[in-house]
Amino acid sequence: MSNTDFVLAIEDLSVSFDGFKAIDALTLYIDRGELRVIIGPNGAGKTTLLDLICGKTRATGGSIKFKNEEMLGQAEHKIVRAGIGRKFQTPSIYENLPVFKNLEVSFPRGRGVFGALAFKCTDDVNSRVQEVATEIGLADKLDMEAGLLSHGEKQWLEIGMLLMQDPELLMLDEPIAGMSARERDLTAELLKRICQNRSVIVIEHDMEFVKRIAHKVTVMHQGKILAEGSMEQVQKNERVIDVYLGH
Amino acid sequence: MTPTTWFKRHGLASWLLLACLLLVVFPLLFDNFRLNLVGKYLSYGFVAIGLVMLWGYGGVLSLGQGVFFGLGGYCMAMFLKLEASDPITTKIQSTPGIPDFMDWNQLTALPAWWVPFEYLPFALLAVVLVPVILAFVIGYAMFKRRVGGVYFAIITQAVTLILTVLIIGQQGYTGGVNGITDLKTLNGWDIRTDSAKVILYFVNAGLLLAAILVCGWIQRSKLGTLLLAMRDKEDRVRFSGYDVSMFKVFVFCLSAMLAGIGGALFTLQVGFMSPSLVGIVPSIEMVIFAAVGGRMSLIGAVYGALLVNAGKTYFSESFPELWLFLMAALFIGVVMAFPNGLAGLYETYVKPRIGRRKSATAAAPVDAPAQHPAPAALDDALPPGLTREEC
Repeated sequence: MSNTDFVLAIEDLSVSFDGFKAIDALTLYIDRGELRVIIGPNGAGKTTLLDLICGKTRATGGSIKFKNEEMLGQAEHKIVRAGIGRKFQTPSIYENLPVFKNLEVSFPRGRGVFGALAFKCTDDVNSRVQEVATEIGLADKLDMEAGLLSHGEKQWLEIGMLLMQDPELLMLDEPIAGMSARERDLTAELLKRICQNRSVIVIEHDMEFVKRIAHKVTVMHQGKILAEGSMEQVQKNERVIDVYLGH
Repeated sequence: MTPTTWFKRHGLASWLLLACLLLVVFPLLFDNFRLNLVGKYLSYGFVAIGLVMLWGYGGVLSLGQGVFFGLGGYCMAMFLKLEASDPITTKIQSTPGIPDFMDWNQLTALPAWWVPFEYLPFALLAVVLVPVILAFVIGYAMFKRRVGGVYFAIITQAVTLILTVLIIGQQGYTGGVNGITDLKTLNGWDIRTDSAKVILYFVNAGLLLAAILVCGWIQRSKLGTLLLAMRDKEDRVRFSGYDVSMFKVFVFCLSAMLAGIGGALFTLQVGFMSPSLVGIVPSIEMVIFAAVGGRMSLIGAVYGALLVNAGKTYFSESFPELWLFLMAALFIGVVMAFPNGLAGLYETYVKPRIGRRKSATAAAPVDAPAQHPAPAALDDALPPGLTREEC
C-alpha cells in the first residue's frame, strides 16, 4: 500500500465477532488538521471503529496507517505513544485523585516503571497542567477530587488528560452526551480550538452539534460507510435519510 | 498548611510511633521469649506491607504470598543448614558433611544447586532474587495476558499448592515435610542464644521500618499514583500510553521481595523452615494480616500482622480446634464490615475526634479549615464494592 499525506489511512478494514461483521471492508482517510464527525444508527460500528484504531479490539483484516506507519497489531500503549489519543464514551477519569493529579499522570514522561518512580513534577509539567486546565476551564478546580466534578466537567477533564499528551490524532466518543446546553456550547468552542493543530475524530448523535463542529461528516451503517462529505451533502443524501436521519 | 504536608506529617507521626513501639517499648516490656515471638510476628509484617502495595494499591489480590515467604526462608535455611552440617558434627552419617536429611534419603553428595548456598552473599542475594524471579515469571505470564482478579488469586493458590507438594515430595533435596531444621550459626555466630535473638529482633524491626519508608516513597511517587489510577480505571491508564501489565509485574515482584526478606528473617529468628509455613492456609493468613490492619495502610498492616499473630498464638493454645473458624470469621467480618481494617476505623472514628479536640483548644474560627477531612481521603478512599469483588 502506497504512502499518503493523510494522518490516518484506514483501508479495507474488517472485524467480525462470531461471524457478525461489525466492520466490513471499511476505507477511511483523515486529513491533517481535520475535524471529522462520524454519525450513524446504533450498532453501525462507530465505537468499534475507534476500538480498532486504538488497538482495544484486534482487526480481522485490513490496514490502519497512522502517519504511514502500520498500527494494526501494535500494543495499545505503543499506539498511544505514536500519537493517537482516545476518549471513552462514559467519562473515564481517576475519581479518587484530584484534578491536578489526573492531568499530571497523563503527562507523557516517566511512562516506564522506573521512569515513573523517578518522575518529578517539574516546572514544565506544572505549567503544562495549568495551561491544559485553563483550556478545559478547570483551572480553579485543580485541587478538587475528580469524582466531585459535574458530568460535563468530567468529560472535559478526560479531554484535558488527552491534551496533556499532545496527540496528533484525537478520538472522542460522544463527548457531549449528558451535557447541558451551555456545556455543549463550551465543548463546541473547545473542539474548534483543539483541532487547530491536530486531527480530531468525533462520534456524535446530536445533529445540531455536528453541524457546528464538523469539517466533514462520515455516515456509517452496518459496518460500512454509507456517505461522506459536508453536512449539507450528507443531509441531502437519500440513503442517509432512509437509514438514519429519517424523512 | 497544605493538605499534602499535613498528610505527610501525619504519616511520619504514625511511623515514629511504630518505631518507638518496636525499638523501645517492646524490648523494655517483654522478656526474651516474648520478644522473639514478636520478632517472628514482625517477619510477617514484611508480607503484610507487600500486600498493602500489591492488593491495596495495585488492586491485585495474591493468595500465594506464602510461596515467596517460603522461598526467602528456604534460601536462608539452606545456607544455615550447610553451615550446621560440617564434616565433624555430622561424622556419624554415612556421608559426613551433607545435611542430615540428605543422608537419611541416601544422598551421597551435595546436589549441585545446593553448592552456591555455602556462600553467605549468594544466599542473601538468593533470598531477594529467587522470589522476585519467580514473581516476575508468574506476573509476566499472567498480567500480559490480562489475567486478573479472582483468576489471578486462584492461580497463586495453585502455585502455592504446587510448591508445597514439590517441597514435601523432594525429601532428599528439601527436607520434606519436616523442613530444614537444626539451624545453628550464621557465619560462626550462634543464632540460638538470647543475645543473638535480641539482635535479630532489632535487625528485623529496623529493616521493617526501612521497608515501610521505601514503600511510602513508592506510594507518593508517580508510580503509586498510577497504581491507584489503574485500580480504578485500568483502560484509561492503558490508553494514556502506559504498559499496565509491567506496573503490575513490578508491584508483584516488590511484594515477593518483601515476603522473601520476611521469610529469611523468620528462619533466622525461629531456627527452622518448613512447608507448613508455605502452604495455602498460611498464605491466606497473610492476606488476613493486611485486611485486619488495613490494606491501604502500611503501618496498619504491621499492626494487623502483630495482632492477628498474637491472637493466633493465644487462641490456638487455648482453643486449638476453634482457631481456624475464628480466623475465617475474623476475615469475613473485617472485609464485610470494615473494608479498610483497623487503619480505616482509625481514620473514620478516632482521627476526626482528635481533629475536633485540637480545633476546640485552638482559636476555633482560625482552625476551621483544618477540620476538613479531604486530605486523608486520597490515600484511604477505596472504590466501594472492590473488596467483595476481589474476594
